[in-house]
Amino acid sequence: MSCEIDIAGLVKRFGGNAVLNGIDLCLKPGERVAIIGPSGTGKSTLLRCLNFLDPPDEGRITIGDLSVDAARASRADMLALRRRTGFVFQNYALFANKTARENIMEGLITVRNWPKPKAEERAREILQQIGLGDRGDSYPSALSGGQQQRVGIGRAMALDAELMLFDEPTSALDPEWVGEVLDLIRRIADGRQTMLIVTHEMQFAREIADRIVFMEGGRIVEQGPPAQIFGNARDERTRAFLRRVG
Amino acid sequence: MRPLDIAYMWDLVPVIAGYIPLTLFMALVSMVAALVLAALLAIVRVLKIPVLDRVVAVFISFFRGTPLLVQLFLFYYGLPQMLTFLTNIDGVTAAIFGLTMHFSAYMAESIRGAILGVDRSQWEAAQSIGMTQGQLLRRIVLPQAARTAAPTLVNYFIDMIKGTSLAFTLGVTEMMGAAQKEAAGSFLYLEAFLVVALFYWAIVEILSVGQRRMERHLGKAVAR
Repeated sequence: MSCEIDIAGLVKRFGGNAVLNGIDLCLKPGERVAIIGPSGTGKSTLLRCLNFLDPPDEGRITIGDLSVDAARASRADMLALRRRTGFVFQNYALFANKTARENIMEGLITVRNWPKPKAEERAREILQQIGLGDRGDSYPSALSGGQQQRVGIGRAMALDAELMLFDEPTSALDPEWVGEVLDLIRRIADGRQTMLIVTHEMQFAREIADRIVFMEGGRIVEQGPPAQIFGNARDERTRAFLRRVG
Repeated sequence: MRPLDIAYMWDLVPVIAGYIPLTLFMALVSMVAALVLAALLAIVRVLKIPVLDRVVAVFISFFRGTPLLVQLFLFYYGLPQMLTFLTNIDGVTAAIFGLTMHFSAYMAESIRGAILGVDRSQWEAAQSIGMTQGQLLRRIVLPQAARTAAPTLVNYFIDMIKGTSLAFTLGVTEMMGAAQKEAAGSFLYLEAFLVVALFYWAIVEILSVGQRRMERHLGKAVAR
């Protein structure tokens, strides 16, 4: 099996508590994986460890030709990993002092060192793709929750990351905005973008994912194609969780 | 009771006014230096840089915990006794140095609070797109912190302008020093000090108008 993204033996402790207990996960190029599971089982922490927002304590993360040993990761390793992953936050986390367009351009200019006109051109394309072609000059405070999250996704898209990480991208949204954000993620998924998405939207996960990973207690309990997990889960914990969330 | 010698006061106006540039010079130079120093101190505190963080904490504690006048005397009369290369330090330089240290300690705390007021998730978002610590501070965090801290910092500038009057105790003839000299000659202390008080008041009032304009502007533009 050829892994584009290979996560091996990932461990994260907060204080004395292990939140991730040795996670192994392999993503093939273009594979879309949804992570489901009860609250507090380390799903978000796993995503945050992959780009060192929370530095993992042990394990190895490989993305393409970049391989980082968590225990001895340097600052340069950390930045390199972040440049290969795009992260979408639950609460959007847009830069409040920058317009929608500037939010999207920021990484291109400061991290990629693109000249401004080139970054503006790219931002224009992305604003079209996220359906906000006419809102480029708006500050986040003037946008709805759904629009803000679409800019958040646009900011992550701009970097053409090998791996996109979505951390409960619709959990903070009012119900009326969930649909438009899911539609956008679905379109990105249709483009065979390699992605890991933590979500509570089971129906959505089932539609877009090639594979479902069920986590509990900082471990991967079970994984497989959506039809298998949702229709015929082997592990009793997976079945119990799916019964609870309906 | 005697009447105010209005004619004398009127004569003093151009005399005192002649020292406005020196007062403003000391205040402006100290303000710029204090802003830069305060931003650095605040960043050290926020990032909790080992060792430096402790040093900065003591620095801030000392300069907030002792009177400005005592600090000025320490710099001007005290330190040169030990550091002999300071023997020829002039009063203006010593005053600027003292005002900078003193106000940077206060301003560092304001700036630190403003930095901490920027939502943590914006730091993470900046990190997530690969920005370095320096880039995220310069481009995301500090611009937002500056907006929050600006009204407070203008207040410190106003305090600083009034603080320059202490330079006269270091032998500097600025507005206060000039008033003192005039009064010593004429014995009309009330008139002389009243004129200089009105000058400070006017300068501060003009600044306050600017401050209110700035706050309206900051409140109007952009976002929380």
